[in-house]
Amino acid sequence: MKVLSSYDNGRLTLRLQGELDHHEASAALRRISRTMDDYLPRDCVIDMEGLTFMDSSGIALILKISRLMAETGGRAWVENARRQPLRVLDASGIDRLLQVTAAKK
Amino acid sequence: MKQRNYIKLEFPARSVNESFARAAAAAFAAQLDPTMEQLGDIRTAVSEAVTNAIVHAYPDTAGPVQMRLRVLEGDWLEIMVRDRGRGIPDVKKAMEPMYSTGGDDRSGMGFTIMASFMDELHVRSAVDRGTSVTMKKRIRTKAGA
Repeated sequence: MKVLSSYDNGRLTLRLQGELDHHEASAALRRISRTMDDYLPRDCVIDMEGLTFMDSSGIALILKISRLMAETGGRAWVENARRQPLRVLDASGIDRLLQVTAAKK
Repeated sequence: MKQRNYIKLEFPARSVNESFARAAAAAFAAQLDPTMEQLGDIRTAVSEAVTNAIVHAYPDTAGPVQMRLRVLEGDWLEIMVRDRGRGIPDVKKAMEPMYSTGGDDRSGMGFTIMASFMDELHVRSAVDRGTSVTMKKRIRTKAGA
């Protein structure tokens, strides 16, 4: 999996690409936490347009990002989730904690 | 239920094998002509079961994980993931949503996702003897739907 990050005016955008599973999650989290420490963003957009697969490891990663953002008074949300990741997000009930938007068809 | 086809795989409990297990399961399931959504569900459920074995069964070693897939009469796909690891002392508790003995990189949602993506889920475990997870999903062909 690849994580591309960009920062603009208080908003950090993390573009996740490829497949997110337990094997990929810990390295991804280390990279993401470093980026968040560097920028201390107000908002964090988790853009899943390029994410073709995610299991519950992705839920743990999103919860962790959301918690890190909350620690500094910021917030995180998910955008452009494709079908399979969206089904996992729905099954987990994570949309009760943060906003999740599906990819446009 | 009569068995029409099967595969058996064994690999060490190393996380690099998670993506291989998903891909192998999807390739085997393709003979049932599943929809994209069904295929995604199968890949997800396999990923959860195999990850559980890798994270929990063998804390200090990369012991063997076995995966068997079968096509059963009536267009049922059965997936069994088995380890010979330390076992789960309380299966009922382990299956509760958000319950996890893993680190904060685990969500505790694995069994919840397996249960909601597959039609049947059975977990058997004995301490120090291992765990087996058996899941079934009916793949109705478009013609028979």
